[in-house]
Amino acid sequence: MNLDFNQDFFALLAQPRRCRIDIAQLDKAYHELQSRVHPDRHAHLPDAERRLSMQWATQVNEAYRTLKHPLQRARYLLQLAGVDTEHESNTAMPAAFLVEQMEWREAVAEARAAGDHHELEKLMLRLQQQAANIRAEIEREIDVAQNYTAAADALRRLMFIEKLEQEIDEALEALES
Amino acid sequence: MALLQLSEPGMSAAPHQHRLAVGIDLGTTNSLVATVRNSMAVVLSDEQGRSLLPSIVHYKSDGGIDVGYAAQPMQALDPRNTIVSVKRFMGRGLKDVTHIESMPYDFVDAEGMVRLRTVAGVKSPVEVSAEILKVLRRRAEASLGGELVGAVITVPAYFDDAQRQATKDAAKLAGLNVLRLLNEPTAAAIAYGLDNASEGIYAVYDLGGGTFDISILKLSRGVFEVLATNGDASLGGDDFDQRVYCWILDNVKIGFPSIEDTRRLLLKAREAKEMLTARDSAPVHAVLGTGEQINLTLGIQDFAAITETLVAKTLRPTRKALRDAGLTVSDIRGVVMVGGATRMPQIQHAVGEFFKQEPLTNLDPDKVVALGAAMQANVLAGNRASSEEWLLLDVIPLSLGLETMGGLTEKIITRNSTIPIAKAQDFTTYKDGQTAMSFHVVQGERELVSDCRSLARFELRGIPPMVAGAARIRVTFQVDADGLLSVAAREMTSGVEASITVKPSYGLSDDEIAGMLSDSMQHATDDMQARNLREQQVEAKRLIESVDAALDEDAMLLTEDERLAIDGEIVALRRLIDGQNHRAIKAGMDKLNALTQEFAERRMNRSIKRALTGHKIIEFKV
Repeated sequence: MNLDFNQDFFALLAQPRRCRIDIAQLDKAYHELQSRVHPDRHAHLPDAERRLSMQWATQVNEAYRTLKHPLQRARYLLQLAGVDTEHESNTAMPAAFLVEQMEWREAVAEARAAGDHHELEKLMLRLQQQAANIRAEIEREIDVAQNYTAAADALRRLMFIEKLEQEIDEALEALES
Repeated sequence: MALLQLSEPGMSAAPHQHRLAVGIDLGTTNSLVATVRNSMAVVLSDEQGRSLLPSIVHYKSDGGIDVGYAAQPMQALDPRNTIVSVKRFMGRGLKDVTHIESMPYDFVDAEGMVRLRTVAGVKSPVEVSAEILKVLRRRAEASLGGELVGAVITVPAYFDDAQRQATKDAAKLAGLNVLRLLNEPTAAAIAYGLDNASEGIYAVYDLGGGTFDISILKLSRGVFEVLATNGDASLGGDDFDQRVYCWILDNVKIGFPSIEDTRRLLLKAREAKEMLTARDSAPVHAVLGTGEQINLTLGIQDFAAITETLVAKTLRPTRKALRDAGLTVSDIRGVVMVGGATRMPQIQHAVGEFFKQEPLTNLDPDKVVALGAAMQANVLAGNRASSEEWLLLDVIPLSLGLETMGGLTEKIITRNSTIPIAKAQDFTTYKDGQTAMSFHVVQGERELVSDCRSLARFELRGIPPMVAGAARIRVTFQVDADGLLSVAAREMTSGVEASITVKPSYGLSDDEIAGMLSDSMQHATDDMQARNLREQQVEAKRLIESVDAALDEDAMLLTEDERLAIDGEIVALRRLIDGQNHRAIKAGMDKLNALTQEFAERRMNRSIKRALTGHKIIEFKV
């Protein structure tokens, strides 16, 4: 096995290069790898080794963070497949989806203004359901159909949803303090 | 074998020699030092058998310094020169310090960190803390009978970069080798987790003398993974004293008390608070400097009422931490109580009610942090076989970012990211021919830079002139395992590279520390030369020990020639240590470091391969 600092995150964490992965296996591989490279394992060793250890532990953390989070994992897979999902100008979304987003946003703003904790949590639950559906769609497009363009479209929708989830989170936080 | 005979008798490190390492809880009210002896974590006591060291430093007019119990009575007699709760000032500017009006000190607002004018001169909180650490270091060395390899120093999880840096500087100033800065709740979790072999998700509620932390941890098969942390770096037992003090003033209608009387009443307030952990009411009796007498009784109901908002203030961060971890109260398997202030019944009641379960209090809340730190120090010093070690995965408590247009914060690293972590972001020039760019590094969650903590400002110069938007300046944030940040900026497009690395300005510069070290040497007869020699000798010994440790584990990764070269360099360095030339020792260390670079890489690669063997890519069926 050739160990390359620049090897892809799936190889680093010994995971199949696909959208659907076993999170328990990912956690296990992550813990095993960090058990070897973490700076705490090298604190009593010479400078060179401590430096290397920090670099590796940083890389392993980055790999884990990317693969653990479904959206980031999908985006990373598409990036490995040469599909650019980052492009800001690439925001052509179906009109129906955009209208739906506006309605969501209004609902969140209303609940926030009314200080309605309960309503915000209800909105969050519905949103999470929708996000789960889109995640399943992305998995199908990447792992089964290998339709990366369709996957990239779905991914952009998921980004909108996650942004909304974050707004609800912030609204809930604001209500509490 | 010839190889083994290279080290001279009495000089070779036995393969499993126990390295002396300690854990230090540098607390707001009390500090402790602990170590692992015969596989047991124990708190080390002073000659009178007392394990706590009150975090009080008294500067005397004759130049002497008292620390701990000896300084305690002086807080009411000589308040200006008797520094208590110095932890509250670490890495803090004057405007960040709460209750400054009832503090007796002569503050000097210096750039970055506040200073205190005492009879012994102007002191930085770093120097005051170093006095406490020195006492603990001497206590440990006397008790363990040798020089320490290093120490793990605990910090509140919610400490920002400036406060962490200040703590590390204090340890350095006290002559301690810092193995790691460890978050207090995480240290407590180690002590609890290994004691109870617990698995599952736990909350650690840590209310100390001046700081509050809440951490949510997942414990599984020897891995302690912090999922989220939150807190308030200026909320603690002291604030409860303050409330009682205000209650006293409200009830006796005396004028504005002198600084001596303020101290006296704060001490009475604390006594009453402590009494109320076991009783329903506490008498408050005092005679003021004016001769006025105070005779009051504080009931537990009244105490709970005047401190209700403080208790509520701890539940807000608790809710946030849970949400950041994506969990609810029902996911929490146990709640660990840490810090002396959690003895207050209203705290235990509120926490129990919030988490809908009885909190865990079976370990002494004053000692649990030091014990956990000692256990971690033992691991970091390399005293345990790697198979029986545990792994800590901790997080950064507050987001780190840069100031952008309009005084807004752009987050580069978000809170609760597992450390170590590095993130890079690209920026560009906005004017034609622009050759410099300035950056402002901040920490905090707020959108406006002015609401965040300013950590450092720096400028990248020498950018080759280009049209606006053509330069690509990559700013990299790296947070190490101590939770400390370093920032680097570099222009990427041209062949010319300019780069700069900054450490946050709230810490002390290495020069400043050197200055303080030499100041503290003024009374000694030795000169700087002797000091340098001593330091290099200690460093070199440390290096040899660390190379020995690596050789013990993996000597087979070296060819015979490589091993001979390293062994030869070790022998040479040992000779230099016995000599008088600190520069020669430094040069010898550089050589040994260079020789072991390749060895380090091989060891690391093999470690990673080992982690992955038996762990072949698993094909997952849809």
